Amino acid sequence: MNGGRGLLDVRGLTVRFPTPDGVVQAVSDVTFTLARGETLGVVGESGSGKSVSNLAIMGLLNRARTVISGEVLFEGRDLLTLPPDELRKIRGKDIAMVFQDPFACLHPMYRVGAQISEAVLAHEHVSKDRAWARAVELLDRVGIPNAKSRARDYPHQFSGGMRQRAMIAMALVHNPAILICDEPTTALDVTVQAQILELIEDVKREFDIGVILVTHDLGVVAETANSVMVMYAGRIMEYGPSAQIFTQPQHPYAWGLLDSMPSVEERLETLVPIEGSPPSLLAPPSGCPFHPRCPYRFEPCPTERPPLVAPAPEAHLDACHLPWDKKVELGSQRGSKQAAA
Amino acid sequence: MSANGSENLVEIEHLTKRFAVKQGVFARGKSQVHAVEDVSLTVRRGETLGIVGESGCGKSTTARLILRLLDPTAGTIRFDGQDISHLSQRKLRPLRREMQMVFQDPYASLNPRKTVGQIIGTPFAIHGVKGARTRVQELLETVGLSPEHYNRYPHEFSGGQRQRIGVARALALSPKLIVCDEPVSALDVSIQAQVLNLLRSLQDEFNLTYVFISHDLSVIRQIADRIAVMYLGRVVEFGDSESIYNHPKHPYTAALLSAVPRAGVTSRERIVLTGDVPSPIYPPAACVFHPRCPRFHEGHCDVETPQLRELAPQQLAACHYPLERWPMTDAEIRQAEGANREDRPHLEGAAHEV
Repeated sequence: MNGGRGLLDVRGLTVRFPTPDGVVQAVSDVTFTLARGETLGVVGESGSGKSVSNLAIMGLLNRARTVISGEVLFEGRDLLTLPPDELRKIRGKDIAMVFQDPFACLHPMYRVGAQISEAVLAHEHVSKDRAWARAVELLDRVGIPNAKSRARDYPHQFSGGMRQRAMIAMALVHNPAILICDEPTTALDVTVQAQILELIEDVKREFDIGVILVTHDLGVVAETANSVMVMYAGRIMEYGPSAQIFTQPQHPYAWGLLDSMPSVEERLETLVPIEGSPPSLLAPPSGCPFHPRCPYRFEPCPTERPPLVAPAPEAHLDACHLPWDKKVELGSQRGSKQAAA
Repeated sequence: MSANGSENLVEIEHLTKRFAVKQGVFARGKSQVHAVEDVSLTVRRGETLGIVGESGCGKSTTARLILRLLDPTAGTIRFDGQDISHLSQRKLRPLRREMQMVFQDPYASLNPRKTVGQIIGTPFAIHGVKGARTRVQELLETVGLSPEHYNRYPHEFSGGQRQRIGVARALALSPKLIVCDEPVSALDVSIQAQVLNLLRSLQDEFNLTYVFISHDLSVIRQIADRIAVMYLGRVVEFGDSESIYNHPKHPYTAALLSAVPRAGVTSRERIVLTGDVPSPIYPPAACVFHPRCPRFHEGHCDVETPQLRELAPQQLAACHYPLERWPMTDAEIRQAEGANREDRPHLEGAAHEV
């Protein structure tokens, strides 16, 4: 979005899963840019397509069973059309991923150090001893105490937070340019979550990488991301600098998300939920996918799909038909309503 | 105190639960998980008591003990004036009508092979209540579903709707107490708010008492009147929710509150606890929080167990060196007179601008 030095350029990414019940429209027309040193927060509820779009970027979806279109440009090459063996040279090396569940991601029967050195050996021809030494060094870097002896531990001897640290160490093996973190702290306790988020931020600064942080927790995004992409039913609803998204959100869905979030700061008289539930992606609503739940829908919403554009020079991107002055008005009402509550 | 005149619906005293675990190849070494240690709490009629803490702190075990789904190792549980700590299952059965539970996972807690009508009707069948069908349909409406849903199966519903079914089942026999164990943790934030609002309005309508368990401090703040903060099987802070959120006294509560990421706050001081929660098989001596505590005083915190004491009106904390005010910067917290830092260098530099 800040143009210029795009590290990763995703254009019109669309993912479809053909199933016996019909075609699941998991991701539709997702376009964004990631720069070095940037943390892009991707937020949305379950089924909004946030994880699938990242799996598509990583080339982790079975190409035989999915229909993927669009472009994922990394260093001028389109990852979507790259042959599998070429892609394998990039995946895990230049683009690394940290998954949600650190319990499921480590093999229970291999030592943690061995699993990290395996990642080293996957892309580098070095001796096993060198690979092991690199594993210890990385474990130490991500804050595992006594890394030298802990590298010989099995995953069950690690706590959840330590396992996630080990996963981050594994992702850092080849100094990647991009780190994709898919719900990295969802399985962790809040005090450990704070440690891991801090570690990701440190790592980003130290290695000057771009981070994509996928999460359902708006609080996590607010504290760590530079820019934020709000997804709903496989589409981008709003995309802009983090500070603006949280202070001047533009899309009624973003308003709904922020208003329904319980606050730790104060007890609210009532929470304002978004009525209804997210649509099925087998048959997403026509027009704006949010229109059936949107309190401000009007005549074009059910039929015409709003494009992702900036509605005013001072605004960031959103996909909504509401005219800008109406949004400003509703946005300020929303602020005062919250202040009154 | 007469059974029904008491202000408290539930009173638990010195409640302890230990689970035996086998260790070693031939299971010769027996050790115990100290799941709940010496917990004393009260739940007032018509209030919501929130129990909050990280995984493994004993909050769910406490809830299950209150419902006598587990047998206590020591201590007493009084429900509605009656000591139920050692009642037989048979004698407990009539009391079960008065206490119900809503579970965390709306997918696992509803039998996929039964219709909604059967699921919500089961409590009526067990307790031999007639006219179940109309009652079930009323209940469906009460929780915001439609009576036509009677013959549908759980898989036809979304997560939020399923949790409504779970709530309807808990409401079926008009209980006095509902224990909600992480009832909104599996739900998306927009749906979470729907269920929280439902629980609140049902409480007003039916004068329910809730014990509400969550790891999510924001959710607890929205629903609880009083809260108990647990750490490693013990209650470290207990009292009025607003007082605790505004002025936490226990360093653990403060760390927990400051660790919550929040939207719309750009810069603030955060206490980052180092290390992990110790094993509940070998909990630390004396104050269980002392190995991670920024206010640790050697020779005191690791020798003498702090008892819950009233530090402010309606607010108890178990700490020898409670916080004087809030927010305090991390440096101030560590500067508590005599705080001994030298031998624990790994705790240094824990203050961060976020």
